[in-house]
Amino acid sequence: MGIISDPIFSIAITFFVYFLAQKIYRRYNFMLFNPILLSIVAIIVLLKTVGIDFQTYNKGGRFISFFLGPSVIALGVPLYVRFEEIRKKGGLSIIVSIAIGSVVGILSAALTAKLLGASKSVVASIAPKSVTTPIAMGITEKIGGIPSLTAAIVVATGILGAVIGPAFLRFIGVKSKVAFGLAMGSASHGIGTARAFQEGELEGAVSSLAIGLNGIATAIITPLLFYLIYKL
Amino acid sequence: MIKGFLIIFTLLFLGDSISNLFSIPIPGNVIGMILMTVALKYKIVKLEDIKPVSDVLVNNLAFFFIPPGVGVMVYYNLIKNEFIPIVAAWFLSTLLVFTVVGKLQDKLSRKNGNN
Repeated sequence: MGIISDPIFSIAITFFVYFLAQKIYRRYNFMLFNPILLSIVAIIVLLKTVGIDFQTYNKGGRFISFFLGPSVIALGVPLYVRFEEIRKKGGLSIIVSIAIGSVVGILSAALTAKLLGASKSVVASIAPKSVTTPIAMGITEKIGGIPSLTAAIVVATGILGAVIGPAFLRFIGVKSKVAFGLAMGSASHGIGTARAFQEGELEGAVSSLAIGLNGIATAIITPLLFYLIYKL
Repeated sequence: MIKGFLIIFTLLFLGDSISNLFSIPIPGNVIGMILMTVALKYKIVKLEDIKPVSDVLVNNLAFFFIPPGVGVMVYYNLIKNEFIPIVAAWFLSTLLVFTVVGKLQDKLSRKNGNN
C-alpha cells in the first residue's frame, strides 16, 4: 500500500493510461474511445479495484491538473495568431451566438432538471454547467447550489462535449470552422477546446475565445435566469 | 523555454491578482488568456519567445483534465440521489447548446460572406 500511495505512482499511472488510451484512439478512431474518457474510466476502475481513494490518487494527480492554469494562459497564443481570421469570419456575430447559447444552456439545463423533480440546490448546481470549472463554481455558490456537485457536472459536460460534439455538429450540418469551434467552447469549455484543437488551430482558437466569452455571459446571466425560474 | 514559462506564470499571476483584487467572478487564468492575446498584439510579448512552451501546453491540454475527471468518482453519491434529472439536463442541454450555437453561427458566418 505504501508504494501505491506514493504521489509518483499516480503520476506514472496517469501517463501510462493516457499513453495507451491515445494508442487505442489512434488505432480505432471511434468517438467513444476518446482518450480522456478512456483514461478517466480506466483510472477510476483501477483505483476502485486496488482500493485507493481519490484523495490519495490526487496527491500525485494535482501535479498534473496544476498545468491547467498555465495551459489556459497558453490558449491566448493561438487566439492571437488566428485573431484577424476570427474577426473576419465571425466578427460581432460571435457575441450574438455566444449570448444566445449561454441563455439556452442555462435555461435548458435548469428547466429540464426542475421539471424532472430536482431540488432547488441541484438545479442551481447544474445551471452553469457549460462554463469552465472556477466560473461555474463561483456562480453556483452565488445562487445557492453545491459547488462540488457543479465541479463534477462541469467535467462530465466537458467530456460529453468532447466525445459527441464533433460528430454531432457534422450530423446537424455545421460547416463553418468558426461555428464548429464556437459550439465546442460554448458547450464544453476546456475539454471541448482540447478536442477542437485536434480538428485545427482555427477551431481551437475560436473555442478558446468561447470559453472566455461564454464564461462572462453565463456569470452575468445565470443569477438573473435562476431568479426568474423560481419567481415565475 | 525558461522565458516562455516566465511569461506564462507572470500573466497567470497578473490574472489571478486582477481576479482577486476586483473580486470578479472570472478566474485568473481566463483573464490571463486575454492578457496573453493583448500582450502579443501590442508586441509586449514576442511570438517566438512563447510559442515553444504554449504549443506543448495547448497540445496536451486534454491530459491535464484527467485528474479532475477521475474526481467525478467522489461525487457519485451526490449525483446518485437525483440521477435522472441531472443526467437528462446534462445530456439535453449540451446537445441544445451545440445545436443553437453551431447552427446560428454557421448562418451568421455565411452571411458575413465566408466560412
